[in-house]
Amino acid sequence: MIRFDNVSKRYPEGRDALQAVSFHLPAGAMAFLTGHSGAGKSTLLKLIALLERSTRGQLFLDGENLSRTRRRKIPFVRRKIGMIFQNYRLLFDRTVFDNVALPLVIAGHRHQEIARRVRAALDKVGLLDKERALPVTLSGGEQQRVGIARAVVNKPPLLLADEPTGNLDPELSRDIMHLFEEFNRVGVTVLIASHDLDLIARLGHPQLQLHQGRLLTPPALEPA
Amino acid sequence: MRLPAPLHVYLLRHVQVALNSLGRLYRAPLASLMTAAVIGIALALPSALYALTVNLQRLGSQWDGGASLSLFLRQDVSLDQARALEKKLRQWPEIGRLRLITPQQALEEFRQLSGFGDTLDLLDKNPLPAVLAVTPAPGAADATAAAGLMQRLQALAEVDLAQLDLQWVKRFQAMVDLVQRAIWVLSGLLGLAVLLITGNTIRLEIQNRREEIEITKLIGATSAFIRRPFLYSGLWYGLGGALLAASLLALAFFQFSGPVRQLATLYESSFRLQMLSPSGWLALLLAGAVLGLLGAWLAVSRHLAAIEPS
Repeated sequence: MIRFDNVSKRYPEGRDALQAVSFHLPAGAMAFLTGHSGAGKSTLLKLIALLERSTRGQLFLDGENLSRTRRRKIPFVRRKIGMIFQNYRLLFDRTVFDNVALPLVIAGHRHQEIARRVRAALDKVGLLDKERALPVTLSGGEQQRVGIARAVVNKPPLLLADEPTGNLDPELSRDIMHLFEEFNRVGVTVLIASHDLDLIARLGHPQLQLHQGRLLTPPALEPA
Repeated sequence: MRLPAPLHVYLLRHVQVALNSLGRLYRAPLASLMTAAVIGIALALPSALYALTVNLQRLGSQWDGGASLSLFLRQDVSLDQARALEKKLRQWPEIGRLRLITPQQALEEFRQLSGFGDTLDLLDKNPLPAVLAVTPAPGAADATAAAGLMQRLQALAEVDLAQLDLQWVKRFQAMVDLVQRAIWVLSGLLGLAVLLITGNTIRLEIQNRREEIEITKLIGATSAFIRRPFLYSGLWYGLGGALLAASLLALAFFQFSGPVRQLATLYESSFRLQMLSPSGWLALLLAGAVLGLLGAWLAVSRHLAAIEPS
């Protein structure tokens, strides 16, 4: 699903965020991306979502060489990725339903189709009764579940999460991680950047460890 | 695979976005109204001037006194011959009013107006010719038609000199031309103002919705998708401004039509103030919509690309 071939990223100000990173995350796998802050976790995720472009090396998503993706095609790459953020990034002037519906609206689905899929996604994250609520009225854990529902609603083959539990207490964090495992069980590839090492250790998925922009342990990543 | 968006879904989406943009303006009524009002005033000014020149031109061609001709008959034409000529000319369709001034009448008039009465008594014979004062028919009162009429009258055997008083008709025409040119310049400038107003308003809107734009880009929205609501906002601003301009014009018309009619009556004219034609109204609305859309497009193309999620 994701393949990095000697990928380096140097920011314009001269900082080397990633240096010669190579790995392969097969379709259907679930892995954690770990490392201290500043180790390059966010940069790695940004390269996959084409929020940044690599300075050297090649990376592939679902067989497509992202180093060659034209600017106009970027939205269509992003539609294959469900993205989840530490600060949720919800639209606070819209209801839960409208937030979750956004990817489907962007993709231009029919109205009935949108309603059906949004309810299915909200059902999966356990928020079906909150579809008319505004995000501000929800707790942090609930907001993150809205974020996850939005990420999975158009059934992308890949989920990328950047510190999804960074703002949540341990119990909620565990619930969120279990939610990711459920999606992985039905075939979605999942890559989660996190520094919640205790939780990661207990879940027991392969880890990609970054240290100062380099991958420490090139692991054997197998489909779960 | 079934296409996700057949045409009717695409059109429905456009209608939804258009209504959404309208709803957004409606939820901030004061700010929206002020922007629309500025646009409205900017559009109303050239439109009002345009309506004014259209009316002036009608006035110029309608006015009975638009052009008048004086036919000085030859000295050897007798009074009977002059009367016969008068009768003949009355049959001409281009001639509106006709008045024969006999040499005797002309002398009397001259005596009264000039104050040389005593001096005139010294003359042993009346030196003044008979004169036919001709006013062209309303349809033949403009400069070219009047000049044509003059040439035909000059060719008559009885006529010594046909004199056309075109001066003020020409001056009037020149003034209308000048005002029309000024309107073009003014329209250009105010059109530019509308463009800038919408552009700036849309720029602010883009800045206010920065977070939303970033998120939708993250989720895979195309530029066209992100652009659309802003373009519709621009369209609504322009259209709203044009509607306001139209209302201002209508209001001004009702304010002025009474006094103008009164004035015209005092001058014994049937002139009535005329509003814009239906196509004129349509052009006003269209101009507003196009300028609004164009202004939004300028803002969008300049500022949307600068917003990239991180």
